Parts: sequence; structure tokens; C-alpha cells
Amino acid sequence: MTQIPPMSGPYMRKNKSVRRSMLIVMAALTPATAYGFYLFGWPSIILFSITLGSALIFEVICLLLAKRSVSMFALDGSAILTAWLLAISLPPWAPWWIAVVGSAIAIIIGKQVFGGLGQNVFNPAMVARVALLISFPLEMTTYMQPLPLFSDAAPTFMDSVAIVFGMGNFDAVSSASLLGTIKTDLGQGMALGEIMDGRYAPMDWILGNSISSIGEGSALLLIVGGIALIFGRIITWYIPVSTIVALVFIATIFNIIDPGKYPDAMVHVFSGATILAAFFIATDPVTSPMSPKGQIVFGIGLGLLVYIIRTWAAYPEGVSFAILLMNAMTPLIDRYVRPRIFGRTQKGAPLNLSEKS
Amino acid sequence: MEIFNIHGGAKLDGRKSLTADLDIITMPIPDILHIPLQQHIGAPAEAIVNHGDRILKGQLIATSKGLISAPVHSPTSGTVKRIGDFPAPHPSGLPVLTLTLEPDGLDEWAKLPEPLNIETATSQEIADRVSQSGIVGMGGATFPSAVKLNLGQRYKLEMLVINGAECEPYLTCDDRLMQERTEKTVMGIKVMMKALGVPKALVAIESNKPNAFKAMEKECIHDDNISIVHVPARYPMGSEKHLVQALTGKETPAKGMTADLGVVVHNVATAFAVYEAVYHGRPLISRIVTVSGQVIKKPGNYETLIGTPVSSLINMSGGMTDTPKQLLMGGPMMGQPLPNLDVPVIKGSGGVLALNDTEMKDKNVMPCIGCGSCVMVCPVGLLPLDMASRIEHEDVDGADGIGVRDCVSCGSCNYVCPSHIPLVQYFNYAKGRLKEQDIDRRNQDRMKMLAQNRALRDEKTQLALERKRADREAYNAALAKMQTISNTTKENNNTGHNTTNEMDIK
Repeated sequence: MTQIPPMSGPYMRKNKSVRRSMLIVMAALTPATAYGFYLFGWPSIILFSITLGSALIFEVICLLLAKRSVSMFALDGSAILTAWLLAISLPPWAPWWIAVVGSAIAIIIGKQVFGGLGQNVFNPAMVARVALLISFPLEMTTYMQPLPLFSDAAPTFMDSVAIVFGMGNFDAVSSASLLGTIKTDLGQGMALGEIMDGRYAPMDWILGNSISSIGEGSALLLIVGGIALIFGRIITWYIPVSTIVALVFIATIFNIIDPGKYPDAMVHVFSGATILAAFFIATDPVTSPMSPKGQIVFGIGLGLLVYIIRTWAAYPEGVSFAILLMNAMTPLIDRYVRPRIFGRTQKGAPLNLSEKS
Repeated sequence: MEIFNIHGGAKLDGRKSLTADLDIITMPIPDILHIPLQQHIGAPAEAIVNHGDRILKGQLIATSKGLISAPVHSPTSGTVKRIGDFPAPHPSGLPVLTLTLEPDGLDEWAKLPEPLNIETATSQEIADRVSQSGIVGMGGATFPSAVKLNLGQRYKLEMLVINGAECEPYLTCDDRLMQERTEKTVMGIKVMMKALGVPKALVAIESNKPNAFKAMEKECIHDDNISIVHVPARYPMGSEKHLVQALTGKETPAKGMTADLGVVVHNVATAFAVYEAVYHGRPLISRIVTVSGQVIKKPGNYETLIGTPVSSLINMSGGMTDTPKQLLMGGPMMGQPLPNLDVPVIKGSGGVLALNDTEMKDKNVMPCIGCGSCVMVCPVGLLPLDMASRIEHEDVDGADGIGVRDCVSCGSCNYVCPSHIPLVQYFNYAKGRLKEQDIDRRNQDRMKMLAQNRALRDEKTQLALERKRADREAYNAALAKMQTISNTTKENNNTGHNTTNEMDIK
């Protein structure tokens, strides 16, 4: 008699795989990333490559140590995507070791220590970013005015190598990010109107022509990529929409209460990492809730936390902290927010027909 | 008509074009037939013919035992070669009692019961005829149909739903049936309506079968009581409770039946079988089987005698071009892998599939990344990934707590999982374990009860013994006392000193 493996159906599958999902997310990130490369030139490209390369090396080392299949896991795309997200949230001209240390934290501490793909509690890229931000505040908050590739002022490839490896002296206008500036200046007692004077440029934020990390600048390109992911059924709309709605809601309320102190929703949504986080980072399947309702709870929490941290805490860029906090909430959300089972009430008792009618 | 939304569901790659446009071909009588005596849910039928008997087509060969059971009839005339264990079309390949028949090629009919007069027949008469004809749910569930036609006695029914959804990929047997035997199928539906005592019937057909829809609608154009309805091609639309929800918007309570909502669902092929039984007295001895898959040379729909070995059916379809990666009975979502090619076609077999690697897209299992695709498609509203991770850690009770027993094993979660985790396998395992636990618990309870009863009995015996002993002791004591008295008397008599006693005696 033929030996049948003890397997239940189904005997056909949708053409989906982890690698395919990861590749599609990367493809969706490509326009915004490429635009970042264009704006910030060779240093950003070199930094990006170092981040990805080192992440892959750390991943392979970890897999070898854990005696897991390198061919199966190293190329599943998850390490590359983590590094990609980390890289585009770094300041464009950060030194090389920021990239390497960041990759090490993301892959080793953020992911592999937990057991590798699918096991981590926190988003690895955000673990690395927060660790870097706390450990190296200077390097992590020194942003650059865009110097588009091929423009006269832009550094050449060799200049860029020197910049990234800290060997040269290249003149460029460094600056804090808009949210950073608002925080510092408000702290010094300046009025918001004064600070925003000449800096309030929503069109620039949306298009990305602004001071930012490598890839979080162009809200427009990120939104396009994010919507493509929603239509490609890689992510769902629940987290991005609930995050942004919650953020807009709370920002608008405080802006109405005191416009001189609280920037409007435009600043919060389009400046900083909000869009990148809402579409690409908060939607990380591993660290976000499983059910649609849970994801909405997660998004609302995220949006509110982003605002709270940006406004009242010590860090002007609150997104990465907010994400880690919500990651920590995810198991709790999953425990209490569950879909209703067919034929049962939310509490699990069978439906009572006579009550209903 | 308004179609209501169902939760979840997956859009499958239907792959019905392989056979959708091919006419039903009647399969010739094979050299040998293996007819299992249990082809239905419930108690197995009991053979009433013996080894060596010549039996005729349509003759009753095994009677139903118990309330939920179905009889079995001979698919053709021939000689009983053997009644014994034979591998069932089930992944275990475990043997079931099977009657092996060698056809004589004459195909000689037995004397059949008279057709019922549908105008005068009562509900009970129709249900009895359906029961006697061995008709079971032909969509694969194989629940004895007569039981479901009798529900009108216990429930207030409003509607009959005929399930022509055929949501499993590859299968087109119901599609072809509705196109080629439209009139008879509709006549069967009317008989069923009469048996149930319902004023209307809905025939639900997935939107990927426009020809069947047109044919059925044309047939029912002058009949206001039967409506043909398009339902979206979304798996598992053919699931009874989900189909009823799509058509009525009402949700069947957990552990309940659709009859609680006043709706009874029957498969469209069952309606045809009912027609045959009521109008011609013919029992269920054949069915249409879709033979398909890339490995099959000439896929098609074959009118096949029950008991035909799968190998004969595959030969009829031109054989196979290659060694199949997977042989299945039923559809690719919920079908059963076949242990070998000798197993027979039974009443619930809608399809025989031979699939290759490309069709199955079997890939390495990766860790769960928590994408939630399975949550989105689960038609029951479960969290498949959560249940699977609990079961993986042997926390079967934990999985029970979050509803694994409500899982219908439709496989939608498994179908969409990007990590290719065998979710259904986990759930079936858990359900098996839970059932075992239930049985254990019941046995333990029973043991406990028996032990208690025994203790009680023992106690009673003990008490009785003690009472007996006490009685005896009392008796002995009394006896002893009497003896002492009489002894004393004797002594006194002997000595002559006890005056009192003398006085008493006087």
C-alpha cells in the first residue's frame, strides 16, 4: 500500500510566500528611497548599502550559530527589509559605524535573540533606531539640507566615502529636523508662529524636499507605496488609517486649544516619520495585532502616543518610541480584542435566536 | 435578490475550465465493484446477501441499521464475490466492510418499487422512499437525506435551499448536472419541497457557473416558488451555514442547525437522486464524478456506478501522463488523499483528482510571521495563527478555549498562508485530541459512578452484614442467656435450692 504522509488538505495554495511579501514591501519602498538618494546624494547611498550589507552578515552569522538553514532564512528578505527600514530612518550623512551598530542591534538583539523570523516582540528596525538615538544623540539628530545628486554643491562619490567614513571635511549645512527645531525653540520660549515662520511648507514635506532621514521625507511617494501594498493585499488599511486619524484628531484638538503652542496636524502627519511608520513599520505583521479590530486599537494607540511623545516627552521624533510601546501592547490587545466567532456572541456563547428576534 | 455578506472567505483559483464544458459521459460497467457498506454518516448498513449470490441491479444488498443510517443497493447485476474488509476511500486506508461484486454485464434490473404519485404522496411517504433508496447528502457530507427531509415534523420550516454552489475548485459535476438534467433536477426539488412542506426554494449557484444558472432559470421561469440565485464565487460558499447566511442574512447559532432558522439545505445532486427514487423507484447506485487535474489525460465528468474502483475511472479518462504528486477524492480544499487506486467511488465522491507539483504549489514551511491573512479569510471568525501556535505547544485545551472546535476545516487559512503552515493539520489533530479527552473524561465519569455505586452497594452489604451479625449476636446472646437460665434451673433442680424457680415453674 502506498505510504501517505499524515497530512490534511488543502492540496492547493495561493501563490504567496514570506519572501514574496518582503520583496513587494521593498518594491513599494523603492520610490521613496530612490528619491531620498537623489536628495541626499552619495553619502546616503553608501550608508544604505553598509546597513544592508552588515545586516545580512549578522543574519548569516546568527543563523550559523543557531544551526538553522542559511539558504532558507537569510534570503527570506526579512533581514534586508529590516535593514532597509533602519537605513532610511537614519540621518543621511550619518557615519558608517552608526549603520553597522544599528544593523547589529536590529538583527542580533531585535530579532535573532528572540528566535528569528516571526518570533520577535519588537520591531527590530525600531529597536535599533531607539538604541542609536539614546546612545548617539548627536549623530542621530544631525540632519542635512538636501543637496541633490548631480547638483553642483553635492559631494562626489569620493567625497561621500570620506564623509561616511569620517575622513574628510565637507562643507554642508547641517540642521535639526523640523520637529526637533520646534521642540528646542519652544523650550527656549519662542512662539510657534515665530518658529514656523518660513518653515511652514506642507508642499515640500509632502514632496520630500525637506530636512529628513534618507527615506522618510517624501510623504507622497510613501503614501503611493503604502496604498500599493494595501491593494496588493500585503498590508491592510486598518493600521495606517487608524494611526493617521488618531494623530490628526489629537493634533487638531490641541491646535484649536492653543495654536501658539501646538503645531497643526499637517506638521505632525507630513513631517517626520509618521507616514513611513504608519504604512511600513507599524504594519510589520510580526509585531502588530492579528485581528482587524486589534489592528485598529493598535493604530489609535500609536497615533496618540506619537503625539504625546513628540509634544510632552524629551524626544521630538516620537514615532519609534511609540511603535515599541505599542509592540509591547500587542500581546495584550490580541488577548482581549478578538473577532466574534460564527454563531456565537462576542463572549463565546451560542447565539440565542429568540432573544434576537 | 439581496445577497448578504459572509465573514471572510477566500477567492480561489477555480480551475474548473478543465471539465466545465464537457458533457457527462456514462462510464461502462467495470470488471469489479467494491461497494462499502458504510458510505454515509451514521451506523453502517448490514449485508442481507451472501457470498456467491446472484444479485440484480437496484436490489437491496444491505439494510440500514438505526435511526441515522442508509441502505445500500447493487449498482448492477452480478455475483457476490466476497463480503469482507477492504480499504476505504479515506487517507487511513483502514478497511471497512465491503461487498465485492463481479458484474455479469447483463445489467439486469431488479423489480423496483412503483413510482410515487407526487400529487397524492404524503411527506412521510416521500421521506420513506428517499430513505429506502439509500440517498445521502451528495455534496460530500453523506448525511442520510431522509432524516433531513423529515425535519418539517420538528421545525417550523420556511425554505428549502438547494446547494449548487460547488465552491471546491476543479469540480464541475453539479454544474454539468444542472445543465444537462435540468428538468429532472427541478422535479426533484419540487418533491423535496413537498416533503418538507415549504412554500419556496432557492437554488444557489456560484457566479462562476453562468450556464448552469441560465439553464436552471429557464426551467423555473414559470415557477414563482423556485428562485435561482447567483452567489459570489467565494470559498467556502457551499458550506451549509454560510450559504444560508449569504441568502437570508441569518446566522445559525453554534451547535445549532440551519433548521433552527427555518431553512433546510440539500445538495443539487441529491435533488436529482430524489427525482430518480420518487419518479422511477431507482435507488442511488450511481453518481456523476469529476475526474480532473493536470496529470489526467482526458479530464471529464463521468456517470459512475457506486463501487467503481478509482483505477477504472482514471483509465476511462485516458490514464495519467505522469506520476501524480497527490491523488484525491473530492475537491482540493477538503478532499481526502487516496491510499491507493483500488479504492472505490462512493455516494459522496464528487471528484477524483490527480494533481502535480505546479498545481499544488507545495513549499517549505516557514515560521508564522503573524500577517493575519488567515484571520481575514476565516469564515468562522477564528484566529487560526493563534490556535496553531497553541497546538504546536501541545496546548490543546488553550486552542479549545479560543474555538478550535468551531473550525469547519475548510482550509481557507491554509490556502492563503504565506508561510505554508499546515494549519488544518494542526486543527484536525487538536479536534482529535479533544475528542479523545472527551471520551476519556466520559469513561472516567462512568468509572467514578460505577465505583460510587459499588461503594454504596458495599456499604449496604456491610450494613446488612452488620445487622445480620448484630441479629445473630443478639440471638446468640439470647440463646446463651436462655441456656444459662435453663442450666441454672437444671442446677437448681439438681440441687433443689432455688425456690424462686420452683415457684415460677409452679
